[in-house]
Amino acid sequence: MEARSRIESPDVEREASTTVVSIHSDADIVAARQKGRELARSLGFSAGEATLVATAISELARNVVQYAIRGEVALWPVTSGRRRGIAISVRDEGPGIPDVDRALEDGFSTSGRLGLGLPGVRRLMDEIDIESTPGRGTLVCATKWRH
Amino acid sequence: MEEPKQGAYMEVPILKQGAYLIATVQSALTDGDLLKLRDTLVVSVSKHRARGVILDLTALDVLDSFSTRTLRDLAHMIRLRGAEMVIVGIQPEVAFAMAQFGLTLEGISTTLDLEEGLAYLDGSTKPNRIA
Repeated sequence: MEARSRIESPDVEREASTTVVSIHSDADIVAARQKGRELARSLGFSAGEATLVATAISELARNVVQYAIRGEVALWPVTSGRRRGIAISVRDEGPGIPDVDRALEDGFSTSGRLGLGLPGVRRLMDEIDIESTPGRGTLVCATKWRH
Repeated sequence: MEEPKQGAYMEVPILKQGAYLIATVQSALTDGDLLKLRDTLVVSVSKHRARGVILDLTALDVLDSFSTRTLRDLAHMIRLRGAEMVIVGIQPEVAFAMAQFGLTLEGISTTLDLEEGLAYLDGSTKPNRIA
Protein backbone atom coordinates (compact mmCIF):
# COMPACT_ATOMS: atom_id res chain seq x y z
CA MET A 1 0.00 0.00 0.00
CA GLU A 2 1.21 3.44 -0.94
CA ALA A 3 0.01 5.04 2.30
CA ARG A 4 1.75 2.42 4.41
CA SER A 5 5.07 2.86 2.70
CA ARG A 6 4.99 6.64 3.08
CA ILE A 7 4.02 6.49 6.73
CA GLU A 8 6.74 4.01 7.61
CA SER A 9 9.50 5.27 5.33
CA PRO A 10 9.64 9.02 5.74
CA ASP A 11 13.34 9.28 4.92
CA VAL A 12 12.92 8.75 1.23
CA GLU A 13 13.85 11.85 -0.74
CA ARG A 14 14.31 13.94 2.35
CA GLU A 15 16.33 17.00 1.46
CA ALA A 16 19.32 18.28 3.35
CA SER A 17 17.38 21.45 4.18
CA THR A 18 14.78 19.47 6.12
CA THR A 19 14.44 20.16 9.83
CA VAL A 20 13.20 17.22 11.89
CA VAL A 21 11.87 17.39 15.43
CA SER A 22 11.07 14.18 17.28
CA ILE A 23 7.78 14.39 19.13
CA HIS A 24 7.08 12.52 22.33
CA SER A 25 6.33 15.13 25.01
CA ASP A 26 4.57 18.47 25.31
CA ALA A 27 7.93 20.27 25.30
CA ASP A 28 8.58 18.84 21.82
CA ILE A 29 5.35 20.48 20.61
CA VAL A 30 6.78 23.87 21.58
CA ALA A 31 10.16 23.06 19.99
CA ALA A 32 8.52 22.00 16.72
CA ARG A 33 6.37 25.10 16.40
CA GLN A 34 9.33 27.34 17.20
CA LYS A 35 11.39 25.65 14.47
CA GLY A 36 8.47 26.14 12.10
CA ARG A 37 8.21 29.82 12.91
CA GLU A 38 11.97 30.29 12.44
CA LEU A 39 11.96 28.54 9.07
CA ALA A 40 8.89 30.45 7.87
CA ARG A 41 10.45 33.77 8.87
CA SER A 42 13.74 32.85 7.18
CA LEU A 43 11.77 32.14 3.99
CA GLY A 44 10.29 35.62 4.06
CA PHE A 45 6.91 34.91 5.63
CA SER A 46 5.39 37.77 7.62
CA ALA A 47 5.15 37.44 11.40
CA GLY A 48 1.42 36.81 11.02
CA GLU A 49 1.82 34.06 8.43
CA ALA A 50 4.63 32.47 10.45
CA THR A 51 2.28 32.34 13.42
CA LEU A 52 -0.32 30.53 11.28
CA VAL A 53 2.32 27.92 10.47
CA ALA A 54 3.43 27.66 14.10
CA THR A 55 -0.17 27.21 15.24
CA ALA A 56 -0.79 24.46 12.68
CA ILE A 57 2.37 22.63 13.79
CA SER A 58 1.37 22.96 17.44
CA GLU A 59 -2.00 21.42 16.71
CA LEU A 60 -0.67 18.54 14.62
CA ALA A 61 2.18 17.76 17.01
CA ARG A 62 -0.24 17.62 19.90
CA ASN A 63 -2.26 14.97 18.12
CA VAL A 64 0.94 12.90 18.03
CA VAL A 65 1.53 13.27 21.78
CA GLN A 66 -2.12 12.70 22.61
CA TYR A 67 -3.00 9.81 20.33
CA ALA A 68 0.22 8.22 19.09
CA ILE A 69 2.71 8.72 21.93
CA ARG A 70 5.57 9.45 19.53
CA GLY A 71 6.27 10.62 16.04
CA GLU A 72 8.08 13.40 14.25
CA VAL A 73 7.59 16.75 12.59
CA ALA A 74 9.58 17.55 9.44
CA LEU A 75 9.82 21.04 7.93
CA TRP A 76 11.36 22.11 4.65
CA PRO A 77 11.22 24.91 2.09
CA VAL A 78 9.30 24.30 -1.13
CA THR A 79 9.13 26.13 -4.43
CA SER A 80 6.62 25.98 -7.25
CA GLY A 81 7.47 28.21 -10.17
CA ARG A 82 8.04 31.60 -8.58
CA ARG A 83 6.15 30.70 -5.43
CA ARG A 84 8.00 29.89 -2.25
CA GLY A 85 6.55 28.17 0.71
CA ILE A 86 7.01 25.93 3.68
CA ALA A 87 6.01 22.28 3.86
CA ILE A 88 5.38 20.41 7.07
CA SER A 89 4.87 16.72 7.54
CA VAL A 90 3.77 15.15 10.79
CA ARG A 91 4.18 11.40 11.01
CA ASP A 92 3.25 8.99 13.75
CA GLU A 93 2.80 5.27 14.19
CA GLY A 94 -0.31 5.66 16.31
CA PRO A 95 -3.77 4.16 15.96
CA GLY A 96 -4.55 6.00 12.74
CA ILE A 97 -7.66 7.94 11.78
CA PRO A 98 -10.50 5.63 10.70
CA ASP A 99 -12.28 8.23 8.57
CA VAL A 100 -10.01 11.05 7.38
CA ASP A 101 -12.77 12.88 5.52
CA ARG A 102 -14.90 13.04 8.64
CA ALA A 103 -11.91 14.12 10.76
CA LEU A 104 -11.59 17.12 8.47
CA GLU A 105 -15.20 18.10 9.10
CA ASP A 106 -15.88 20.76 11.69
CA GLY A 107 -17.21 19.40 14.94
CA PHE A 108 -16.18 15.82 14.39
CA SER A 109 -14.16 13.98 17.00
CA THR A 110 -13.67 10.37 17.99
CA SER A 111 -12.77 11.26 21.58
CA GLY A 112 -15.72 13.23 22.89
CA ARG A 113 -15.67 16.98 22.72
CA LEU A 114 -12.05 17.33 21.71
CA GLY A 115 -11.45 17.28 17.97
CA LEU A 116 -8.21 16.62 16.17
CA GLY A 117 -8.09 20.26 15.13
CA LEU A 118 -7.73 19.20 11.50
CA PRO A 119 -10.46 21.53 10.15
CA GLY A 120 -8.66 24.42 11.84
CA VAL A 121 -5.30 23.32 10.47
CA ARG A 122 -6.81 23.18 7.00
CA ARG A 123 -7.90 26.80 7.39
CA LEU A 124 -4.43 27.84 8.56
CA MET A 125 -2.54 26.14 5.73
CA ASP A 126 -3.03 26.32 1.95
CA GLU A 127 -2.86 22.60 1.27
CA ILE A 128 -3.33 19.58 3.47
CA ASP A 129 -3.05 15.90 2.67
CA ILE A 130 -3.68 13.13 5.16
CA GLU A 131 -2.82 9.48 4.80
CA SER A 132 -3.82 7.20 7.59
CA THR A 133 -3.83 3.48 8.02
CA PRO A 134 -5.74 2.22 11.07
CA GLY A 135 -3.34 0.42 13.38
CA ARG A 136 -0.27 1.68 11.53
CA GLY A 137 -0.17 5.43 11.74
CA THR A 138 -0.87 8.77 10.19
CA LEU A 139 1.03 11.10 7.90
CA VAL A 140 -0.21 14.67 7.58
CA CYS A 141 1.47 16.85 4.95
CA ALA A 142 0.61 20.53 4.71
CA THR A 143 1.96 23.45 2.73
CA LYS A 144 1.75 27.19 3.22
CA TRP A 145 2.70 29.49 0.36
CA ARG A 146 4.15 32.94 0.89
CA HIS A 147 1.71 35.66 -0.10
CA MET B 1 -5.66 15.81 26.84
CA GLU B 2 -5.94 16.15 30.59
CA GLU B 3 -2.53 14.92 31.67
CA PRO B 4 0.17 15.48 29.09
CA LYS B 5 3.66 14.21 29.74
CA GLN B 6 5.51 17.11 31.21
CA GLY B 7 8.96 18.50 30.72
CA ALA B 8 10.58 21.14 32.91
CA TYR B 9 8.04 23.56 34.34
CA MET B 10 8.20 27.14 33.10
CA GLU B 11 7.48 29.27 36.15
CA VAL B 12 4.94 32.02 35.60
CA PRO B 13 5.34 34.76 38.23
CA ILE B 14 2.13 35.77 39.97
CA LEU B 15 2.11 39.19 41.60
CA LYS B 16 -0.47 40.45 44.06
CA GLN B 17 -1.65 44.00 43.58
CA GLY B 18 -4.45 45.01 45.93
CA ALA B 19 -7.38 42.69 45.30
CA TYR B 20 -5.92 41.45 42.04
CA LEU B 21 -3.45 38.81 40.96
CA ILE B 22 -1.31 39.49 37.92
CA ALA B 23 0.20 36.48 36.15
CA THR B 24 2.69 37.32 33.45
CA VAL B 25 3.62 34.61 30.99
CA GLN B 26 7.31 35.02 30.17
CA SER B 27 7.69 32.74 27.15
CA ALA B 28 6.08 29.90 25.23
CA LEU B 29 4.28 27.48 27.54
CA THR B 30 3.99 23.74 27.20
CA ASP B 31 0.62 22.10 27.79
CA GLY B 32 1.88 20.97 31.19
CA ASP B 33 2.99 24.53 32.04
CA LEU B 34 -0.43 25.87 31.15
CA LEU B 35 -2.27 23.27 33.25
CA LYS B 36 0.05 24.01 36.18
CA LEU B 37 -0.62 27.73 35.81
CA ARG B 38 -4.37 27.06 35.72
CA ASP B 39 -4.25 25.03 38.92
CA THR B 40 -1.97 27.52 40.67
CA LEU B 41 -4.16 30.49 39.79
CA VAL B 42 -7.36 28.84 40.96
CA VAL B 43 -5.77 28.07 44.33
CA SER B 44 -4.14 31.53 44.54
CA VAL B 45 -7.49 33.29 44.20
CA SER B 46 -8.66 31.99 47.55
CA LYS B 47 -5.25 32.06 49.18
CA HIS B 48 -4.94 35.78 48.47
CA ARG B 49 -8.69 36.49 48.60
CA ALA B 50 -8.37 38.03 45.16
CA ARG B 51 -11.30 39.62 43.32
CA GLY B 52 -9.67 39.70 39.96
CA VAL B 53 -7.00 37.93 37.93
CA ILE B 54 -5.07 39.43 35.05
CA LEU B 55 -3.35 36.98 32.74
CA ASP B 56 -0.77 38.74 30.60
CA LEU B 57 -0.11 36.76 27.42
CA THR B 58 2.05 39.37 25.67
CA ALA B 59 4.98 36.92 25.43
CA LEU B 60 2.93 33.90 24.35
CA ASP B 61 3.81 32.65 20.86
CA VAL B 62 0.78 30.54 19.95
CA LEU B 63 -2.78 29.99 21.13
CA ASP B 64 -4.07 26.71 19.69
CA SER B 65 -7.12 24.63 20.52
CA PHE B 66 -5.62 23.14 23.68
CA SER B 67 -4.52 26.46 25.17
CA THR B 68 -7.76 28.16 24.18
CA ARG B 69 -9.79 25.41 25.85
CA THR B 70 -7.60 25.52 28.95
CA LEU B 71 -7.99 29.31 29.23
CA ARG B 72 -11.78 29.01 28.90
CA ASP B 73 -11.76 26.42 31.69
CA LEU B 74 -9.53 28.64 33.80
CA ALA B 75 -11.82 31.68 33.38
CA HIS B 76 -14.80 29.54 34.33
CA MET B 77 -13.04 28.13 37.40
CA ILE B 78 -11.93 31.61 38.53
CA ARG B 79 -15.51 32.83 38.21
CA LEU B 80 -16.74 29.88 40.25
CA ARG B 81 -14.28 30.98 42.92
CA GLY B 82 -15.97 34.39 43.03
CA ALA B 83 -13.42 36.37 41.04
CA GLU B 84 -13.06 37.67 37.48
CA MET B 85 -10.29 37.01 35.00
CA VAL B 86 -9.21 39.21 32.14
CA ILE B 87 -6.65 38.24 29.51
CA VAL B 88 -4.39 41.01 28.28
CA GLY B 89 -1.72 41.37 25.64
CA ILE B 90 -2.76 38.85 22.98
CA GLN B 91 -0.43 39.72 20.10
CA PRO B 92 -1.88 40.71 16.70
CA GLU B 93 -0.27 37.66 15.02
CA VAL B 94 -1.77 35.35 17.62
CA ALA B 95 -5.19 36.97 17.20
CA PHE B 96 -4.85 36.58 13.41
CA ALA B 97 -4.05 32.87 13.72
CA MET B 98 -6.89 32.27 16.19
CA ALA B 99 -9.35 33.95 13.84
CA GLN B 100 -8.12 31.89 10.86
CA PHE B 101 -8.25 28.72 12.91
CA GLY B 102 -11.73 29.52 14.16
CA LEU B 103 -10.79 29.60 17.86
CA THR B 104 -12.75 31.79 20.24
CA LEU B 105 -12.34 32.80 23.86
CA GLU B 106 -16.06 32.82 24.55
CA GLY B 107 -16.92 34.07 28.00
CA ILE B 108 -13.45 35.49 28.62
CA SER B 109 -12.83 39.20 28.87
CA THR B 110 -9.83 40.53 26.99
CA THR B 111 -8.18 43.92 26.93
CA LEU B 112 -5.32 45.38 24.97
CA ASP B 113 -2.80 45.65 27.79
CA LEU B 114 -2.25 45.53 31.53
CA GLU B 115 -3.40 49.10 32.12
CA GLU B 116 -6.73 48.45 30.43
CA GLY B 117 -7.01 45.14 32.22
CA LEU B 118 -6.73 46.84 35.59
CA ALA B 119 -9.30 49.45 34.58
CA TYR B 120 -11.61 46.67 33.40
CA LEU B 121 -11.37 44.80 36.70
CA ASP B 122 -11.96 48.02 38.65
CA GLY B 123 -15.29 48.31 36.87
CA SER B 124 -16.38 44.69 36.91
CA THR B 125 -15.27 42.98 40.10
CA LYS B 126 -17.21 42.57 43.30
CA PRO B 127 -16.34 44.68 46.35
CA ASN B 128 -13.27 43.57 48.28
CA ARG B 129 -13.68 40.40 50.26
CA ILE B 130 -14.05 40.47 54.00
CA ALA B 131 -10.58 39.92 55.39
